[in-house]
Amino acid sequence: MKILVTAKRVPDPETKIKVNADGTGIEEAGIKWVVNPFDEIAIEQALRIKEAQGEAEVVIVSVGSSDSQEQLRTGLAMGADRAILVSADNPDPTVVSRILEKIVEKESADLVILGKQAIDDDSNEVGQMLAQRLGWPQATFISELEIADGGGSATCVREIDGGLETLSFPLPAVITADLRLNEPRYASLPGIMKARKKPMEEIDAASLGIELGRSVTIVSVEPPPERAAGRVVKNVDELIAALQGEAKVL
Amino acid sequence: MGNVLIYGEHAGGNIPKATAVAVGAAQQIAAASGGDTILALLGNDLGGVKDAAAQLGATKVVCVESADLEHETADIRTLTMKAVAEATGSDTVVFAATTAGKDIAPRLAAAAEAAIASDVTAVNDDGTFVRPMYAGNVFATVKLESDFKVVSVRTTAFEPVEGAAASASEDLSLSIEKPGNAVEFVKLDATVSDRPVLTEAERVVAGGRGLKSGENFTTVLEPLVDALGAAMGASRAAVDAGYVPNDLQVGQTGKVIAPTLYIGVGISGAIQHLAGMKDSKVIVAINKDADAPIFSVADFGLVADLFEAVPELTEKVKALA
Ligand SMILES: Cc1cc2nc3c(=O)[nH]c(=O)nc-3n(C[C@H](O)[C@H](O)[C@H](O)COP(=O)(O)OP(=O)(O)OC[C@H]3O[C@@H](n4cnc5c(N)ncnc54)[C@H](O)[C@@H]3O)c2cc1C
Repeated sequence: MKILVTAKRVPDPETKIKVNADGTGIEEAGIKWVVNPFDEIAIEQALRIKEAQGEAEVVIVSVGSSDSQEQLRTGLAMGADRAILVSADNPDPTVVSRILEKIVEKESADLVILGKQAIDDDSNEVGQMLAQRLGWPQATFISELEIADGGGSATCVREIDGGLETLSFPLPAVITADLRLNEPRYASLPGIMKARKKPMEEIDAASLGIELGRSVTIVSVEPPPERAAGRVVKNVDELIAALQGEAKVL
Repeated sequence: MGNVLIYGEHAGGNIPKATAVAVGAAQQIAAASGGDTILALLGNDLGGVKDAAAQLGATKVVCVESADLEHETADIRTLTMKAVAEATGSDTVVFAATTAGKDIAPRLAAAAEAAIASDVTAVNDDGTFVRPMYAGNVFATVKLESDFKVVSVRTTAFEPVEGAAASASEDLSLSIEKPGNAVEFVKLDATVSDRPVLTEAERVVAGGRGLKSGENFTTVLEPLVDALGAAMGASRAAVDAGYVPNDLQVGQTGKVIAPTLYIGVGISGAIQHLAGMKDSKVIVAINKDADAPIFSVADFGLVADLFEAVPELTEKVKALA
């Protein structure tokens, strides 16, 4: 079984993000870059499938600048077998899904696991787009996954607005990981040492024969509106008085 | 100009407010393009939902019924929505940014080679859209560079259409072949609650890790929730710890809410949580740590031990009634 997982390079979730001076993007100075937390969960899940199945290959893919090598090394140190960096300049989710389609075909993957969203642009789109392009079943926002029939099918539990939904489908398929699917392991020291020797292939997106132009243009970016500062109340009585009087919500 | 198609959600014979709000957003988009708004209802035996759908203010309701549409699986619904868009002359499809909308909308965008904007918070007159990024720390104005467009809209950012005349309703028969590798629905473990729906409630009381156990949610938080007639929400930490079910999670990766009154109890106020409740009208925080970041967005902050403050607040709220 071959499992393809993604690793997007994003700012650490603890980073305080600010819009840059000319309103074209974010202030990048001082940002610590990490693997998208949802992708880490996807990688962990692939590793667990491999461990359970005995035989499987976990291939980790990142689309973006060459800096993403760092995130691919993290995934390799966690235990992925090899990595593919597809260099592309500022791709939007549509472009990423086109690129991944080509990579999945080239690799003949049986299963693709992605994070449900990347915490930078918060789009929550690539997995669904990829599934459609491949004509594969999709299960998004999953919190449980069971592979059955020796890798022929899968059952997933999805976290949806109204509760938990269970779906089953044949493989190959695309699934997107939610927070509670697992708790990703840390890379061990031997893992980090081994990762240095694991293969990392570089592919230029321009060689894939696909449309690389963005379909979504970012015209401008702005910080959110500020909330007016509130105040501290001394006790429950003062709180109730404020909610009744000033705020008129009680 | 083309029409604007809305994906109509429904469950148990009811249409959620999210869909009513999506119709409101679609009307804004249609006002610029001059097209009609068309609400698509997909299902197996729609029954009374058709009448409910006709009250939401769309120009027309289009119903597609088939046994294959019994469940809300993305593969078959994508193919169906694409066919409905073609049949109705629609060039924009609007979804509510619910888990169903987020599941289907991007798949439809890929199927139609359409540009997509997810979680849209504003529709501009020049046809651009505004959407949050980086857990709401950045708002981007985006332009969709394709003739056919897909958007999902944040349900707290738009309003349902008020006082609309009943829409005409039409059945559309399509022959969509179910793919051989289609996803099969197995079951839904629905969260049952007598409380208001979290995303629609006027008042929300949310609990965090500070509650320390699921039992404390029941014995300490719930009496306040019910005294206020509120919905209950939670932080990710509280859900991860198993105190409450997943569908209570508020935040960047949970539900986005904007009630008139939000009370956060034992929640520190991480940016990922704030992303889901910052637009609430009045925010109250109860936390024993005066430095907790939630106080930076709170209109009224009470620095106190929740195990003392919450029961007292509950009793005093009850006494008001
Ligand atoms: C990719 C990603 C996505 C995320 N998405 C979300 C999301 O959608 N929603 C979300 O909520 N979080 C999300 N998080 C998690 C977020 O970063 C925080 O970890 C989480 O919100 C913390 O929850 P909490 O405030 O309940 O817990 P804590 O941060 O542990 O805070 C508990 C608070 O309770 C207070 N407290 C403790 N005891 C008492 C007492 N007796 N009386 C009064 N106060 C008390 C403490 O002072 C503290 O402030 C996400 C994180 C990541 C990395």
